[in-house]
Amino acid sequence: MKNQTIDPKQIKGWGIDADPKNDPTYPMRARMNVGQDPDSKHRPASLQPQDVEKLRSIERPNVSAVFGTTIPPTGLSGLIRRAAFHYSENRYRHWLPLIVADRVQVVEGVLDDLVHGKVPNIFAEKGYAVEWKYNRTAFVTKMATIAALTTGAIIWFSSKSDKQESRKRPRY
Amino acid sequence: MLAMDYRGPKRVRAVQKPMPEIKHPQDAIVKVLRTCICGSDLHLYNGNVPDTRVGSTFGHEFVGEVVEVGSEVTKVKTGDRIIVPFNIACGECHFCRQGMFGNCHESNTEATAVGAIFGYSHTAGGFDGGQAEYARVPYANVGPTIIPEGMDLDDAVLLTDVVPTGYQAAEMAGIQTGDTVVVFGAGPIGIMAARCAWLFGAGRVIIIDQEDYRLEFARGYSYCEAYNFKEMDDPVVFIKKITDWMGADVVIDAVGAEAAGNAMQTITGRKLLLQAGSATALHWAINSVKKGGVVSIVGVYGPTDNLIPIGNVLNKGLTIRGNQASVKRLLPRLIEHVQNGIINPKGLITHRIPLAEVADGYRMFSAKLDNCIKTVMIP
Repeated sequence: MKNQTIDPKQIKGWGIDADPKNDPTYPMRARMNVGQDPDSKHRPASLQPQDVEKLRSIERPNVSAVFGTTIPPTGLSGLIRRAAFHYSENRYRHWLPLIVADRVQVVEGVLDDLVHGKVPNIFAEKGYAVEWKYNRTAFVTKMATIAALTTGAIIWFSSKSDKQESRKRPRY
Repeated sequence: MLAMDYRGPKRVRAVQKPMPEIKHPQDAIVKVLRTCICGSDLHLYNGNVPDTRVGSTFGHEFVGEVVEVGSEVTKVKTGDRIIVPFNIACGECHFCRQGMFGNCHESNTEATAVGAIFGYSHTAGGFDGGQAEYARVPYANVGPTIIPEGMDLDDAVLLTDVVPTGYQAAEMAGIQTGDTVVVFGAGPIGIMAARCAWLFGAGRVIIIDQEDYRLEFARGYSYCEAYNFKEMDDPVVFIKKITDWMGADVVIDAVGAEAAGNAMQTITGRKLLLQAGSATALHWAINSVKKGGVVSIVGVYGPTDNLIPIGNVLNKGLTIRGNQASVKRLLPRLIEHVQNGIINPKGLITHRIPLAEVADGYRMFSAKLDNCIKTVMIP
């Protein structure tokens, strides 16, 4: 199909929500008619009981009235996350450790699977079955490239260590 | 219950998890009937959102049937079928009272720069999402809307995010009658934004992407012009050229952090994570919009920094607006549009899969296999 010129008025619903006053160069708050400042101290009456460890941004004074309770911080990744939350959202010291913690937890997740007698099915988890079904050539090329690079790296490193070994060996 | 389980970048699976519980008197437990994979889920899937913990369940687009309610829930009852907005809002805080339901201050403890979102990392509150058989829905008196009689569940599930986000992209752009609107990104949000631009009186709508099948789809669904940036020397020059060398009145960034098209942005933003994602689309948006124009951002970026030509924003006198969609505010109007046949949400759905095949669903959507545009999962 090629691009075609169209008369917009023929499109169902054209201009139905047009609002000449919606000019974003004016302040949004004024447009939304919030003249009276809402009470910024107001909180919901019921607060969720805190029965799990909840890390809190230091840019707010309290735990929110409702919060998620999934995956509390644990292990090494948890230590890193706790440290990250000593800094504000304005600092790299907050965000970069969180990304590191995410990667550490991936390893912890694999170990946890193994401890519980489960070997992660990486092939299935990565959805390679659909790559095989719909994108086979590119998938095979990618896998072959990874395999070749990995094999090459192993051979290179092992030959290097062999040479170092032979250098260390005393000559008689 | 069966639920999606994040194991690390590009690794997810479906496993049995404990049933969600009422944690607050305004909570409801919902049996999920439809749930989608969203383009912004790919930022999580690729490991680009800080504090995405292994074991999390993603999914912020879902509809379901209420099976249990907390003691203070009065607006919905057991058996109701509800649309669950992707953002969690208390309805009472300083921001919710202004209609900014996507910026609630009483649902996310971990970060102040973002409200809470179902299944979207601990940076967005640490809530489990709806890619599961059941989900906990906080503030059930505020967010959920009962699915109108006769509305298809496939339409309803796209009202949780795709339709409101696309609509708000056009709304934030302040489109005036006759404006030329350029949308970067022909994913579900971009396609919907292009469709909604007409509702605000656009005179011309153009969509830019790199996937021909999506451009073809957009031409038919959104009645817009569609161009592949891979066929252009420079997308900014192309847009200037087709707009009498003035630039578009409005440009919408519906791509966000996963953008392709600029090697430096891709390497520093997506591979090395030195930026909060690749800002290629936003960069192009700023440079291709007319002086005095508006850039509307609904593509999602991370919480750190991005490389964009901020000097041009000043020198061109641009207005930049962005936000997570205020789903609750927009739903009544959008439901009308769906019921009147003006918007056809389910027309975006290309794949329906069981929840058990979540890993394949993510891979298919992420790699854009089998002409995938929108995947719905049925638990």
